[in-house]
Amino acid sequence: MTVAALAFYLFAICAVLGGLFTVISRNPVHSVLWLILTFLSAAGLFVLMGAEFVAMLLIIVYVGAVAVLFLFVVMMLDVDFAELRAGMSQYMPLALLIGVVILMQFGMAFGVWESAEGAQAARGAVAPTDVENTAALGALLYDKYFLLFQLSGLILLVAMIGAIVLTLRHRKDVKRQNVLEQMWRDPAEAMELKNVKPGQGL
Amino acid sequence: MIQADLNTIAPEIILSIYAMVALVGAVYTGKDKIAGPLVWLTAGLFVLLAAWIGLGSGGTHDAFGGMFKDDAFARFAKVTILVSGAAVLVMGQDYMSRRNLLRFEYPVLVSLSVVGMMMMVSAGDLMALYMGLELQSLALYVVASLRRDSVRSTEAGMKYFVLGALSSGLLLYGASLTYGYAGTTLFSGIIDAASGNAPLGLLFGLVFVTAGLAFKVSAVPFHMWTPDVYEGAPTPITAFFATAPKMAAMALLARVLHDAFGGVVGDWQQIIALMAVLSMFLGAVAAIGQTNIKRLMAYSSIAHMGFALMGLAAGTAFGVQALLIYMVIYVTMNVGTFAFILTMERDGEPVTDIASLNLFARAHPGRAMAVLFLMFSLAGVPPFLGFFGKFYVLRAAYDAGLGWLAVAGVIASVIGAFYYLRIVYYMYFGEEGAHLDTNKSPILWGFLVATAAVMLIGSAWMFGVEGAAEAAAATLVN
Amino acid sequence: MVTTILFAPLVGAIIAGFGWRTIGEKGAQYLTTGLLFLACLLSWITFLGLGSETQHIHVLDFIQSGTLETSWGIRLDRLTAIMLIVVTTVSALVHLYSLGYMAHDDNWGEGEHYKARFFAYLSFFTFAMLMLVTSDNLVQMFFGWEGVGVASYLLIGFYYKKPSANAAAIKAFVVNRVGDFGFALGIFGLFFLTDSIKFDDIFAAGPALAETTLRFLWTDWNAANLLAFLLFIGAMGKSAQLFLHTWLPDAMEGPTPVSALIHAATMVTAGVFLVCRMSPLMEYAPETMAFVTFLGASTAFVAATIGLVQNDIKRVIAYSTMSQLGYMFVAAGVGVYSVAMFHLLTHAFFKAMLFLGAGSVIHAMHHEQDMRNYGNLRKKIPYTFWAMMIGTLAITGVGIPLTTIGFAGFLSKDAIIESAYAGTNGGYAFWMLVVAALFTSFYSWRLMFLTFYGKARGDKHTHEHAHESPMVMLVPLGVLALGAIFSGMVFYGSFFGDHDKMNRFFGMPAHHAADAGHGATDTHGAAATDTHAEVDTHAEAADHGAADDHAAPATDHANDPHAAVIAHGTAPQGAIYMSPDSTVIDDAHHAPKWVKVSPFVAMILGFLTAYWFYIVNPAMPKKFADAQRPLYLFLLNKWYFDEIYDAIFVKPAMALGRFLWKRGDEKVIDGTLNGVALGIVPFFTRLAGRAQTGYIFTYAFAMVIGIVVLITWMSLTGGAE
Repeated sequence: MTVAALAFYLFAICAVLGGLFTVISRNPVHSVLWLILTFLSAAGLFVLMGAEFVAMLLIIVYVGAVAVLFLFVVMMLDVDFAELRAGMSQYMPLALLIGVVILMQFGMAFGVWESAEGAQAARGAVAPTDVENTAALGALLYDKYFLLFQLSGLILLVAMIGAIVLTLRHRKDVKRQNVLEQMWRDPAEAMELKNVKPGQGL
Repeated sequence: MIQADLNTIAPEIILSIYAMVALVGAVYTGKDKIAGPLVWLTAGLFVLLAAWIGLGSGGTHDAFGGMFKDDAFARFAKVTILVSGAAVLVMGQDYMSRRNLLRFEYPVLVSLSVVGMMMMVSAGDLMALYMGLELQSLALYVVASLRRDSVRSTEAGMKYFVLGALSSGLLLYGASLTYGYAGTTLFSGIIDAASGNAPLGLLFGLVFVTAGLAFKVSAVPFHMWTPDVYEGAPTPITAFFATAPKMAAMALLARVLHDAFGGVVGDWQQIIALMAVLSMFLGAVAAIGQTNIKRLMAYSSIAHMGFALMGLAAGTAFGVQALLIYMVIYVTMNVGTFAFILTMERDGEPVTDIASLNLFARAHPGRAMAVLFLMFSLAGVPPFLGFFGKFYVLRAAYDAGLGWLAVAGVIASVIGAFYYLRIVYYMYFGEEGAHLDTNKSPILWGFLVATAAVMLIGSAWMFGVEGAAEAAAATLVN
Repeated sequence: MVTTILFAPLVGAIIAGFGWRTIGEKGAQYLTTGLLFLACLLSWITFLGLGSETQHIHVLDFIQSGTLETSWGIRLDRLTAIMLIVVTTVSALVHLYSLGYMAHDDNWGEGEHYKARFFAYLSFFTFAMLMLVTSDNLVQMFFGWEGVGVASYLLIGFYYKKPSANAAAIKAFVVNRVGDFGFALGIFGLFFLTDSIKFDDIFAAGPALAETTLRFLWTDWNAANLLAFLLFIGAMGKSAQLFLHTWLPDAMEGPTPVSALIHAATMVTAGVFLVCRMSPLMEYAPETMAFVTFLGASTAFVAATIGLVQNDIKRVIAYSTMSQLGYMFVAAGVGVYSVAMFHLLTHAFFKAMLFLGAGSVIHAMHHEQDMRNYGNLRKKIPYTFWAMMIGTLAITGVGIPLTTIGFAGFLSKDAIIESAYAGTNGGYAFWMLVVAALFTSFYSWRLMFLTFYGKARGDKHTHEHAHESPMVMLVPLGVLALGAIFSGMVFYGSFFGDHDKMNRFFGMPAHHAADAGHGATDTHGAAATDTHAEVDTHAEAADHGAADDHAAPATDHANDPHAAVIAHGTAPQGAIYMSPDSTVIDDAHHAPKWVKVSPFVAMILGFLTAYWFYIVNPAMPKKFADAQRPLYLFLLNKWYFDEIYDAIFVKPAMALGRFLWKRGDEKVIDGTLNGVALGIVPFFTRLAGRAQTGYIFTYAFAMVIGIVVLITWMSLTGGAE
């Protein structure tokens, strides 16, 4: 067993275990931590395949941003997961039965799995080997998958609009700071000098 | 190459750029104040694009290595989507502005959603399919919960989103199984790889892809979101849900099944037929218990999707033609019916209770007559267009040897006729009750009368839809 | 022109029926009447100017489905032309007559508008009848056939406030359905075998059909016989032949002009017309023809016997009509279609006149119809009396024996009786007809004597106020009287008396020659020739000289070439087709003298008996009836046909209907539907409602279950498994 193979199995087992514990751990914060382990393992797998750019992206974007965001959300929302699971036991037998059926079906399907004749060849390396994979990825994205790339952009745009539309709220009943108004304040308008005679009050 | 590709998707590009420009423009100018004109502008652009696509050059063009297909089938679906989208936008404008729902993002989101639909019907690749689907769905999730202060609306959006995500998961899983078998995501590659005796893995992929799409057309058993979302979403948005996305999803389903899985017709035929039967019966039976007209329309649309699927289940070119004709008729009927539902109000508040229609015909004989036409047509009563839609799909199913399916369809349509006729009954012979004001909007009135007239006139001459649908079906199935 | 004839009544009917509020009741009446007179005028022009070629006029396409091609066309030949003049003339006169007759009707109250409706119905009937007689194919004919049925139903039930009128209308409709069922089966059969419903194609296929066998009702039949028989069943219904006749007397519930138009002159003759029209098929169906003869003769006899004892003036004439229709069928049955058409023509005139005369009497007597309450009316209503007298003379067949001078009925009825003698060799049909002629004479004179002679009976008041009818009612009587007197003499040659004229008249090729026996009976030939010459002076075409010359050159033509042409599939020429081998007409011309005189003798006997019974010894009928009570009741109750039918068909049908209604429909079908609609469907509705919990996990669960079901199904049935 070479070092590469050893690393592969290590990362693979970590990824699967991480996924499993993400689902079954009772504490949501633990779940997110398990998720981060999974991401890291997947990044390791990418490195083993020579896709170091994707691996780094995975760590920077998913571990660095998304997972941390999840963590914040989970901690801030204070969701009572136990309550959500309350009804679960009621449906558990049926769900288990269905799960078993699905598993059996897939066991059958994968047991006799076969691919089409040209599938292996068609699936072969998508990126040329003589350029570094960042460049190869860029070439693919902006050439072959240009359409899909742009569409993803549109999808993200919609997500952004949606997030704003559904959350941005101009509340009328709160006082807001108007910076410009403050800056352009004229002492002449803001102040009025009154000559108060002593002893008489205002 | 890229130039030709861009030319092919020019309508989509124009619409996307328009959406972005409108978004930015509205943010920096009047924001929600210009939302009204923006709606009209968007609708106008839809109609222009529809005219361009519909009257433009024929032929079949592939772009981006086959990921995008511009053929007669796609054009037929796009014209339907754009025109119905424009109609629904225009119809809902007044309603939304009076209830402070008309935000400038609404037309922008609808435009982007329509871009997604156009991508869907033109998809030639599983990835393009998924992108289009997500673009469309995401925009719809947002508009479903547009009324933020209403619990129902947000609940509707939430349910739609979560279940939609589940269905996307199913779809992706199916897509990866298919990819695993065929080694490619291109439809043209899949159909080469999958023909004759397909292995179980591929068939599972087929089932999952179909299930993911069946969610979008709200076919039983993937329909559960429909009544809640229809009821919760603001009525103009419900109207939108009931029309353009249905057409897009149905067209996409037809395209995947014929373009990618055309080699295993016998396998998916059974799934589609089963879903068709279940949808028809559930739609008919469950609608009987409804008192809310929007929920009723949700079940009605489930039942209608069942009929449309029956055309698809035939697995023939005629079946696809029947499907397209059925969808166009369905969309037209829904535009008219929702135009009416939008007018239903009492003291300025929208009303959706069926009982409020009691003796409606006494106060508004003209409108009642138009609604009667539409209801008869929805039920499939012969002189009206709805009958011919049903007739087409029944014939397609029968010709394809699915006689039992046709019989089931007839029985289901008899059961379904009950609740359409009940509306008519309330309007003409109901009891005295609280009266219903109706909105005097000439636009809604115009749509109502126009669609009702189409129901009657169209039965003599289907406005050329028959021929166009035939040509469209021919490019898909050969 | 023919198109105008055809559509003028329809236009009138539509305008009068739907637009009378605009043009007024008077306007509607005058419009329909005017259009009918126009149609009548054009019909006569068409009739007189008709060539020997059969014309086909295409009006519009009707049904095209597979090999079934039905166009809306007009077939214009002699047969059509005869029917055109009969229908339009009688109809026009009836319209005119109705202007007076319907002016005041006690069945309707103040402010009830019925006249425009009546005229619209009349015109609609005329249109349907014209549709029938001008049709170029069986489907169009069936259309007209049903059209007249509907019009008849509407008019019989015109007084819809009277339950008896409604019952009669329904009875007429239902009984006719029985006949129509046969007719429709005949059409189906013809289409099945010849793949066409066009007359030309069917006629051409006649010989072939005669050699085809057809399986029907578990038995093999000769196709020509079977189909001809089925068509004849239709004719039986429409023409009130025995077993399907019970509706006709009841149909007298309708207004009298209707009886004159529909139930005497036109619609009831449609059956005769059908048989004549289908003559190229009938000629190849000898067994059916024998049956037609037998049934016609029986009908003539039975109807005449019933007519002897009826008291309602209209019913007497109705049975007389039925009897005369029997005569026509006998003529058609023995293969002399021209004679059938001849009697149809003359009968239309004198029978319409009798009805209109009866109507005039009824009108005068304030809608009293029982003859026992009449008497001595001849002074009160002289014009009507004379018209009725002429009609009676015509129907009883008064004329100079062994010549062709006489009233219309004399010529046509004698021609039928002679043909019956020739066609059946003096058998059953001949004797039945002679006896029926005796009875005809008796009941006709009985009617006259009871109505116009003797003492005034019944309500004095009514008699005092009896008055002559207005001019609009008398003019039609006069015109019809002319027809009743002269139509027989004018057309005798063309229809019966003379071969050449007949062939030319009907456009038939002159193949039909006398056999060798012709020369042997010169005396007859000579006698006939003389009379022909006289007849011709009446006729327009007086170019005929030596009638017996035709026999010699024509003899050679009576041979096979023509028959061979038919076998090759060409429709025979001419409006009617008589088999080249048929010699009935010649045999009839050369019948023994006693045969020719027999109807006259029967007529005299009938007259004398009636005279004795009702003038000389008025107490006699009562005594006679008492002496022969069972026979009298048997006849008075119309041979108990209605009672028997009631017991055999109506009661069981009602019982069956009640059973199916109460048990079958209400319990089983309604019960099932109600069970499904009120039980099962709502159950599922509740189930579906409960499934819609509103929880996302339920919905997701449903989707997962759906997926599981689908993939399980897939792995069980799909693909490689």
